[in-house]
Amino acid sequence: MAEVVLADVSKVYPDGTRAVDRLNLHIADGEFLVLVGPSGCGKTTALRMVAGLEEISEGTLRIGERTVNSVPARDRDVAMVFQSYALYPHLTVRQNIGFGLELRKVPKEEIRRRVDEVAKTLGLEDHLDRKPRNLSGGQRQRVAMGRAIVREPRAFLMDEPLSNLDAKLRVQMRAEISRLQRQLNVTTVYVTHDQVEAMTLGDRVAVMKKGVLQQVAEPQELYDRPVNLFVAGFIGSPAMNLLQGSVSSADGAWWVTLGENRLRLPDEVLQARPGLRERAGAELIVGIRPEDMEDAELGGADDADGGADRLLRSKADLVEALGSELLVHFGVAAPRVVTEDTKELASAAGAADLADIATTPLGGDTAPESVLVARFSPRSAVREGAPVAVRVDTSRLHYFDLDGGAAIWE
Amino acid sequence: MTTTPTATADAPPAPQGGAAGGAPKRSLASRIVSRVGGGVLQVLLVVVAVFWLLPTLGLFVASLRDEADNNATGWWTALLAPAQLSLDSYGRLLGDSGFTSSFWNTVWITVPSTLLVVVIASLAGYAFAWMEFPGRDWLFLVVVGLLVVPVQVALIPVAQMYGFLGIFGSIGGVILFHVAFGLPFAIFLLRNFFAGIPRDLLEAARMDGGKEFTIFRRVIIPLGGPAIASLGIFQFLWVWNDLLIAMVFADTGSQPMTRALQSEMRQFGTNIDVLAPGAFLSLIVPLVVFFAFQRYYVAGTLAGSVK
Ligand SMILES: Nc1ncnc2c1ncn2[C@@H]1O[C@H](COP(=O)(O)OP(=O)(O)OP(=O)(O)O)[C@@H](O)[C@H]1O
Ligand SMILES: [Mg+2]
Repeated sequence: MAEVVLADVSKVYPDGTRAVDRLNLHIADGEFLVLVGPSGCGKTTALRMVAGLEEISEGTLRIGERTVNSVPARDRDVAMVFQSYALYPHLTVRQNIGFGLELRKVPKEEIRRRVDEVAKTLGLEDHLDRKPRNLSGGQRQRVAMGRAIVREPRAFLMDEPLSNLDAKLRVQMRAEISRLQRQLNVTTVYVTHDQVEAMTLGDRVAVMKKGVLQQVAEPQELYDRPVNLFVAGFIGSPAMNLLQGSVSSADGAWWVTLGENRLRLPDEVLQARPGLRERAGAELIVGIRPEDMEDAELGGADDADGGADRLLRSKADLVEALGSELLVHFGVAAPRVVTEDTKELASAAGAADLADIATTPLGGDTAPESVLVARFSPRSAVREGAPVAVRVDTSRLHYFDLDGGAAIWE
Repeated sequence: MTTTPTATADAPPAPQGGAAGGAPKRSLASRIVSRVGGGVLQVLLVVVAVFWLLPTLGLFVASLRDEADNNATGWWTALLAPAQLSLDSYGRLLGDSGFTSSFWNTVWITVPSTLLVVVIASLAGYAFAWMEFPGRDWLFLVVVGLLVVPVQVALIPVAQMYGFLGIFGSIGGVILFHVAFGLPFAIFLLRNFFAGIPRDLLEAARMDGGKEFTIFRRVIIPLGGPAIASLGIFQFLWVWNDLLIAMVFADTGSQPMTRALQSEMRQFGTNIDVLAPGAFLSLIVPLVVFFAFQRYYVAGTLAGSVK
């Protein structure tokens, strides 16, 4: 067990690709750190540098007391769980788990004892004499975990260990990994592009984009206070709605203007984000999470006028009933935000073209229009094609600079 | 490499939907076609097998008859007159020190030639597939290029060189030639096979604490088993049955069986009582080797490792 510290670590591949750019991370002893980001952002590369499978181009990597830049993988005493599991097909489960101990010349008796113990923890006792090809996906995954655990390494590295499992099994194994990590208390770096995994597993989550670290924070902090547009758009599902708008004061109060809609802001927001005062009247990006919107018909607002001064009025274009919630899509006459970040996010979601279609107004209407997604309680009676009044929790809006996309606070 | 997991403790088995209703119905016509087709195929295979085996059987029967019988009638008559059969010619042959020493020469040539090629090519194949060193790709290209050099082209220059080195006519010289000309293909074959082993497996072994040679011995060799076994068998058969290289580089003291048998052939008169048992004995060893190793090249040893 040891802390893992990356200081200005970069990776430049021989072809010139800068896959990781000056990454700084201080992973505490026993911490569970999750690395997330869209495909190709350099997560795997970063992890492989820690493992010693990829040379570090620049910067230093420290594991425990030791700088390990030039220490080969086998001597770093870290264990890795591969996405493909990489089980030795010619060995039984017992031999697979014990392989690392055997290579380290641990006495046979002790290997036997430790493998039995790990197999018990993972519920693999009955399969110890089988070959990997005779195991189910979930069992193979557990063998891969067992191979890492049994060595009692100073750190675990996991590269999307659950992505080959079906959805149900993934949830189950996610809980298992979480339990194991807490029980063993070994420093863990976990790579995923699944934000649910990131949020549920991580003590802290590091979000990367194109090789550059955007933000490292506890999951709740990441959700509540994203430092920029990219993190805001990446964390949360459905994604945060991003619109172009402005903040200004009128009639003795502060308001957010989104197209023809004017939403009243509570005073606390201005205190928490003094930067908004300075940008009064200027165009900026307003972010609204789907869960911060509710059907106004349902009531439940605790301010005096029932939230009448923070409504978006529109027509429900699409209602997706998920049982536990309703996802309501509706248009608002405010320009949608198109920046490099939103394009990156859209392509990460595999919907670059879709976004274009969705926001192109039909019938020659040239007014700029954005499509928002709101998450309503299933008790809502909203119907497709019918008018809808959406009450926005304006204390929880997010604001970003139009250029650069940095969150507006100071 | 997709395998159906057998026992799934985690996921309950999916209900077997339509399977309960029995096998899917096929039309009578298609069943007849497949039945008859299968039958025809089997008959065809038997015919081919008999066609290939008949000469060998003939050789075997002939080797059990004496010279006079063989000269008088065809071998098949012995099937009706088993009294003709005896092991006398084998006894005579094995008592002939010229023949037995050529048998041992064949063994002393073939076994080292095969082992050396397999060992060197495995190491080289691993290095070419998985180790980083400058000029690797160029070197491999040269090795592949050597594949196109015909043996015949090299005979005279190598013979001159052997004369100069004083190894002409020795068993060592014959082995050296076989190894040199066996290696390009062997390296090519094993490199390509090893390169197909998933990278993750080697990296997992590296993380598990494996040094380069440990990975080679504990992961590559077991997984490369099928390719290595096939290579070994082919190299063995090739060297065991070689006549050309033996004719050029061996002398009467170091000659293998093929060359000894060849020198027994005369233009007139067959002396089949030596050739038939000799040929049959030279056939037995490769057959034994083949059947001993064939179980190693069952396909699919990688199943279940990744994914
Ligand atoms: N060996 C290599 N040579 C050159 N470029 C590479 C190499 N390996 C990866 N890259 C590039 O480096 C970048 C980061 O790759 P990496 O595999 O780390 O991404 P990732 O975040 O793990 O993505 P994913 O979620 O798809 O696994 C990508 O642009 C990729 O094309
Ligand atoms: Mg990756």
